[in-house]
Amino acid sequence: MITAVPQTDIPRPSLAPRRLSNYFEEGGRTLASWLLTTDHKRIGLLYLYSIIVYFIIAAFAAALIRIELITPAGDLVTSETYNKLFTIHGTLMVWFFLIPSVPAVLGNFVLPLMLGARDVAFPKLNLLSWYLFNLGGLMALYAVAFGGADTGWTFYTPYSSTYSHSHVVTMAAGVFIAGFGSILTGLNFIITIHKMRAPGLTWFRLPLFVWSLYSTSVILVLATPVLAMTLALMSLERIWGLGVFDPKLGGDPVLFQHLFWFYSHPAVYIMILPGMGVVSELIPCFSRKPIFGYHFIAFSSVAIAVLGFLVWGHHMFVSSESIYAGLVFSLLSYLVAVPSAIKVFNWTMTMYRGRIYLSTPFLYALGFIGLFTIGGLTGLFLAALGVDVHVHGTYFIIAHFHYIMVGGMVTAFMGGLHYWWPKITGRLYPENLGRLAALIMFIGFNLTFFPQFVVGYLGMPRRYHSYAPEFQIYNVLSTAGASILGIGYLLPLIYFIWSLKHGRRAPSNPWKATGLEWQTSSPPPKHNFHETPVVTEEPYQYSPVPEQRLIYG
Amino acid sequence: MIIPTKIYFRVWLALLLLLVLTWGLAQVDMGRFNPIAALTIAVLKMLLVILFFMHVRYNKPITWIFVAAGFVWLAIMIDLTLSDYLTRNAVPPTLHHTWQHGAWPAPSKEGP
Repeated sequence: MITAVPQTDIPRPSLAPRRLSNYFEEGGRTLASWLLTTDHKRIGLLYLYSIIVYFIIAAFAAALIRIELITPAGDLVTSETYNKLFTIHGTLMVWFFLIPSVPAVLGNFVLPLMLGARDVAFPKLNLLSWYLFNLGGLMALYAVAFGGADTGWTFYTPYSSTYSHSHVVTMAAGVFIAGFGSILTGLNFIITIHKMRAPGLTWFRLPLFVWSLYSTSVILVLATPVLAMTLALMSLERIWGLGVFDPKLGGDPVLFQHLFWFYSHPAVYIMILPGMGVVSELIPCFSRKPIFGYHFIAFSSVAIAVLGFLVWGHHMFVSSESIYAGLVFSLLSYLVAVPSAIKVFNWTMTMYRGRIYLSTPFLYALGFIGLFTIGGLTGLFLAALGVDVHVHGTYFIIAHFHYIMVGGMVTAFMGGLHYWWPKITGRLYPENLGRLAALIMFIGFNLTFFPQFVVGYLGMPRRYHSYAPEFQIYNVLSTAGASILGIGYLLPLIYFIWSLKHGRRAPSNPWKATGLEWQTSSPPPKHNFHETPVVTEEPYQYSPVPEQRLIYG
Repeated sequence: MIIPTKIYFRVWLALLLLLVLTWGLAQVDMGRFNPIAALTIAVLKMLLVILFFMHVRYNKPITWIFVAAGFVWLAIMIDLTLSDYLTRNAVPPTLHHTWQHGAWPAPSKEGP
């Protein structure tokens, strides 16, 4: 996106701050200045710190699970503890890492910058979202610390509402409260995108990341209340015996699954759409070409958001759902593949005959395309009524959704974090280490999860701490891969922290990228721009530049 | 836009009247019309709250679209959930038999 002033290598005088200032300096350096901030950039960083904590705890649970599964016998932890471990892992990763990862961290930071705005529409509401998120997170951690829940992240009834002897209500309350944070973030983003675009920034000049955030926000607003209601009903049944889901009380357990997946399947798209948005930024930038099929990519985000609400029944093909409903849900599930494929084809076409720069963010984007495609295509296996009967409840499912969640979203998150790191911190990370970490992560990820496709197809069920001996080789491979993956995550954590003090200072636009966020200084001033930018051209007007200038400005 | 207080007062009175009506109708057994009456009153109350208390009546068409979207999504949830419940017994009874000993059991007239 190019403004009225022609693009140059240095920040444009009209948009750059008049004196050297940034949001670290301007807001003050006290703890209170962070905890009471209404600056979207600082709130984005607060989210980043929070999700790292939840991620580490959830990853620790995953590590214990993988160590347990090295041997076929359940010899490290008891089955009860194992149940709690995968519940901790799932609950924290889904609600306290993946859902806020790209929208609340990167989205919060760059959305107003991309729109040429000073902040989001409701800055105080934005801070409230972070507090609600952490209040929910602390309740979940309280449940973990005082015994944990053992229901799995899905809280299926009547086990959760009647039989489980664990902290189900506390855990569900944590998710319930954090959900309100999600709803408020979604509302804030929708209104910001509608009302706060810079002059000339029409809908079809918006970066595709904004389109994906918009679609994600719609899902957050429309789906999350249903989760809140469902968890509340489950808790009421558990506390007061209100008969909603337990057949003994006149309820219906499958109703819980309908309501839960009405939220949780669209939530899968909350966890992937923003990642697709990030990739849509990275591919044209590092291919030095305008994005291919802008309108198709933009509308495919909206299509995924809408279609994502019509497919939840594919989680219940073997849960006594009627065959006719199964047929309908199966067909609708296939339809989601269409907009997903449109995106993949358009990204590929963008790269075709482009001037490719294999920078770290681009390596993550490439990884995303491959891993997401595998995850997406194996989703079609699961949407098929007959195949699903065979692989339901096996490691095939685990592998499938980790290819989407980790191979897709986490990869995109890492790509986005590297891409915007110079803007966020004003420092460059070490490029070679970045590339190495991306490679390690890709290898570790595939070694962890590809064997799970095989072992799942052979029939190993999920959620057991012991298994048949013939499955051991796949589990050993998987655990070995998880160790490599762990190093792949640790490395960026170390060099990012290192770069804060020792990294080279970043110029305003180290990637020579288009987009308004690159036209202010790095890190940006508190109110982003000293003068409101004016947009006069289409987005992604890239042309090839020499490599050394691309990376180091 | 500032809404006159008397509007809020009238809406509040209307809501109270509808509440009394709900209670009154609950005293009369109308058979299958019981839920219809109760739900009709509930929808009326809801509309009053959305249109006046939530200011939707005075807002731009885009607000109407967002409000409508909420109801469309609610309809999706109810409709597709019912697509399961209303067709549970629609499968021919012979298909309830499970695969045993390498062959489907012969169809029986009495069903499972």
